[in-house]
Amino acid sequence: MAQPLVKKDDDRDDEAEYSPFLGIEKGAVLQEARVFNDPQLDVRRCSQVITKLLYLLNQGETFTKIEATEVFFAVTKLFQARDIGLRRMVYLIIKELSPSADEVIIVTSSLMRDMNSKTDMYRANAIRVLCRITDGTLLTQIERYLKQAIVDKNPVVASAALVSGIHLLQTTPEIVKRWSNEVQEAVQSRAALVQFHALALLHQIRQNDRLAVSKLVTSLTRGTVRSPLAQCLLIRYTSQVIRESGTNSQTGDRPFYDFLEGCLRHKAEMVIFEAARAITELNGVTTRELTPAITVLQLFLSSSKPVLRFAAVRTLNKVAMTHPMAVTNCNIDMESLISDQNRSIATLAITTLLKTGNESSVDRLMKQITNFMSDIADEFKIVVVEAIRSLCLKFPLKYRALMNFLSNILREEGGFEYKKAIVDSIVILIRDIPDAKESGLLHLCEFIEDCEFTYLSTQILHFLGIEGPKTSDPSKYIRYIYNRVILENATVRASAVSTLAKFGAMVDSLKPRIFVLLRRCLFDSDDEVRDRATLYLNTLGGDGSVVETDEDVKDFLFGSLDVPLVNLETSLKNYEPSEESFDISAVPKEVKAQPLAEKKAPGKKPTGLGAPPSGPTSTVDAYEKLLSSIPEFSNFGKLFKSSAPVELTEAETEYAVNVVKHIFDSHVVFQYNCTNTIPEQLLENVTVSVDASEAEEFSEVVSKPLRSLPYDSPGQTFVAFEKAEKVPAVGKFSNMLKFIVKEVDTTTGEAEDDGVEDEYQLEELDVVAADYILKVGVSNFRNAWESMGPDCERVDEYGLGPRESLAEAVSTVINLLGLQPCEGTEVVPSNSRSHTCLLSGVFIGNVKVLVRLSFGVDGPKEVAMKLACEI
Amino acid sequence: MASSYQESCPSIKNILLLDSEGKRVAVKYYSDDDWPTNSAKLAFEKSVFTKTQKTNARTEAEIAMLENNIIVYKFVQDLHFFVTGGDDENELILATVLQGFFDAVTLLLRNNVEKREALENLDLILLCLDEIVDGGMILETDANIIAGKVATHSMDAGAPLSEQTITQALATAHEHLMRSILK
Repeated sequence: MAQPLVKKDDDRDDEAEYSPFLGIEKGAVLQEARVFNDPQLDVRRCSQVITKLLYLLNQGETFTKIEATEVFFAVTKLFQARDIGLRRMVYLIIKELSPSADEVIIVTSSLMRDMNSKTDMYRANAIRVLCRITDGTLLTQIERYLKQAIVDKNPVVASAALVSGIHLLQTTPEIVKRWSNEVQEAVQSRAALVQFHALALLHQIRQNDRLAVSKLVTSLTRGTVRSPLAQCLLIRYTSQVIRESGTNSQTGDRPFYDFLEGCLRHKAEMVIFEAARAITELNGVTTRELTPAITVLQLFLSSSKPVLRFAAVRTLNKVAMTHPMAVTNCNIDMESLISDQNRSIATLAITTLLKTGNESSVDRLMKQITNFMSDIADEFKIVVVEAIRSLCLKFPLKYRALMNFLSNILREEGGFEYKKAIVDSIVILIRDIPDAKESGLLHLCEFIEDCEFTYLSTQILHFLGIEGPKTSDPSKYIRYIYNRVILENATVRASAVSTLAKFGAMVDSLKPRIFVLLRRCLFDSDDEVRDRATLYLNTLGGDGSVVETDEDVKDFLFGSLDVPLVNLETSLKNYEPSEESFDISAVPKEVKAQPLAEKKAPGKKPTGLGAPPSGPTSTVDAYEKLLSSIPEFSNFGKLFKSSAPVELTEAETEYAVNVVKHIFDSHVVFQYNCTNTIPEQLLENVTVSVDASEAEEFSEVVSKPLRSLPYDSPGQTFVAFEKAEKVPAVGKFSNMLKFIVKEVDTTTGEAEDDGVEDEYQLEELDVVAADYILKVGVSNFRNAWESMGPDCERVDEYGLGPRESLAEAVSTVINLLGLQPCEGTEVVPSNSRSHTCLLSGVFIGNVKVLVRLSFGVDGPKEVAMKLACEI
Repeated sequence: MASSYQESCPSIKNILLLDSEGKRVAVKYYSDDDWPTNSAKLAFEKSVFTKTQKTNARTEAEIAMLENNIIVYKFVQDLHFFVTGGDDENELILATVLQGFFDAVTLLLRNNVEKREALENLDLILLCLDEIVDGGMILETDANIIAGKVATHSMDAGAPLSEQTITQALATAHEHLMRSILK
């Protein structure tokens, strides 16, 4: 008797799963569609079949061209039926089938009849369908009706025509532009949505005419716009006008600001928010302008609606990037959002707090975040980790608390991306804050004791090999590294062997113990591990004698490979095993692709998460490698600094050239990165002829031409100058690109034999004082300043004349000096009249520089500066 | 352009109505720019569903960010309502559209807002999606007007929905429409 009961339960389950479309199948439905052809139409049945067809399309089913055509023709028959409901479904399926031009003709007359029907619902929908499927030629026929419809007294009809106009403007602007009189009339409509649609269309028609847009905004901001949506549009157009007109220079007032501020008191929340956001995004917004907007956003923060809280905190988060001081009033509300149910809101609140917090609030904040971290998803955690990293760089004195926080979360559960973000942050802190080095390295050591990610383990081991031997007690890291050899997979073991060898090579006192460990690795089960151990033992002198390792050997083992890896790879692939052994010196050293040129990020960055930080290899390393591979520059000594690339051509010219300035003690090398953007040309023997007549302290020593520059494959040519040692000589250089151009047959890709000499004028290039200064931060500016003593101090005062703002003056001077701002002093609170900025760096010849800049605003925007400098 | 939204209209990328397992009940993508293929659309729906699944969006509309989009959503019974816009969009406008959609469906399904009812009246839901947004442009956000526009036809035909109570509900909706338009 039990069995039937069970069966009954099953039945009930089936019933729960019941759907009117259960077991629906395309072929069957297409068969059913034949009812459309019946002489006696069953209206209800037809409606159901269309619904089924729409269901199939909605579920992602596709119809073949033939199927779609058949359905379409059958559907057109249904225009005979006088049922409104069925007609609506017909409209819907015609839009979904998106018929081709020759099919459209079949329904045109039916739709045009509906457009002139007495039933408003027919008219509105027929307009939308016809405008959706029509092309330009048909449009001229129906233009008259559409113009009438725009000013129709029925709002649904008017809106249908206006919205269709907005879509048609993309394809046939010349026709839609003729409707502006009617559209203008519709802007005055009493119906809210009609006004919104009319305003949108009118603006799109006029958007390229600044004066017209400005007039439109002027007249509408005075009048009354009824619909909140239309009001939002008006706010957007107003801020566009503001952006293009700039402030009134006499009174300092911004046109239309009063309108935006008035919208903050609108009754619709969407308008209030739109206005607040528009104000925060004004160019160079002042604190006075910002305050009312921040106040309404602050109110939103405590709303019961998550959408409102999210919108407000997201906007404040953006404001905090540029005006951290303006947001501090909201900090208490923000802190209560840390426990918000919606984790997006909580994360935005945390990162905003991290941006606005001052040094004293860091500890309290960290405590709150610790509780918060355990219950958010990895993607949010990464955002928080990145915010903490920048906070730490801003307040280096707080590194202990922040480093502890990072190491704690490193120990907790988490995915690869999250762990990588933490490890990257610790590495960056170790590099930038010298005091944090030892504790940071130990945290990393502990992490690899229990790290499931091979990639992270090898990266950390590599980093340990570089930084570990330079610490006060390198021996304490050995245990962690050797544990990897015992416990981990082959990849990590091999990496650990290399790290051990690095310690051995760099720290002589550790050598005997390292050799013991390395010898144990000779019995490893993996050949890569054994090979590495053998190599290191033999080259470092592991036969027992403790000798100082040769510089040559160090270079061979740990020095940078002086050929580009890509070239080495191609050479190795081309190498055929034979008697002749592979010759690494035959590998070309010219870098083909330009990895250093900064590419503009395609599209937007992932929101909040930002770009992942670059790994341990910096551009400086890459430049060093590149320059050292060129024999002419080998005696120049150590590279002091490489500038960022400076563009010497306009964007999208025939040849794109930028230059990187490499500064050595007594030489300067210009690296011209050239790209040929003409497919029909091959350039050969490319050089840059430099006229240094305005740079008297420099004399040209070497020019290294680029043999060939094919289309779209960047290459470099170099020019080197000599100057007095450790003297920061400045000057102006004019540049001329010279080359032999050969025609290329783009079909075969072959170049002609004969070329023509040609030249191309490039822009001028300056070598400035900032080129001789390295940005290096100090963790405690006051201590560093006092330790230098008064003997090395110079003080001077400057009048900077009228400046746009104090912040602008500060950033200009910082850029001019090329020094590293310390302790977050590069940010100027927006209402202050004076500011002190702390800078540090290293001058050529390894001279430490600390600068204290005191700015004061004197009279109308006159900025005065006092510069105190210790060397 | 960073501030391109300032020159443009509020725009809706899609409206989704999914069931409690994340399967489609009815969806409408207003352009193919962001999700050109059906599989791209399904992948998006899947990630939206997974990301929002555990949140409580039954009393107030909730909000999330995903792949440079803002999604506002609301759940009732076994139905999940979503409206997606670009990340520059005014969140409150999106929420207004969601509310309009949600309330219109509630009216059209006579407060029986659940999957089975929605599927049985799929024609109404599809017409509803068609009346809220046209090609990304917001057509109407007032639920009474939307439901009124959708419901008019059933009044005249009477046939597709046979029960008397339904007709009454739709009549109410129609009345709301007339009132809203004429006021």
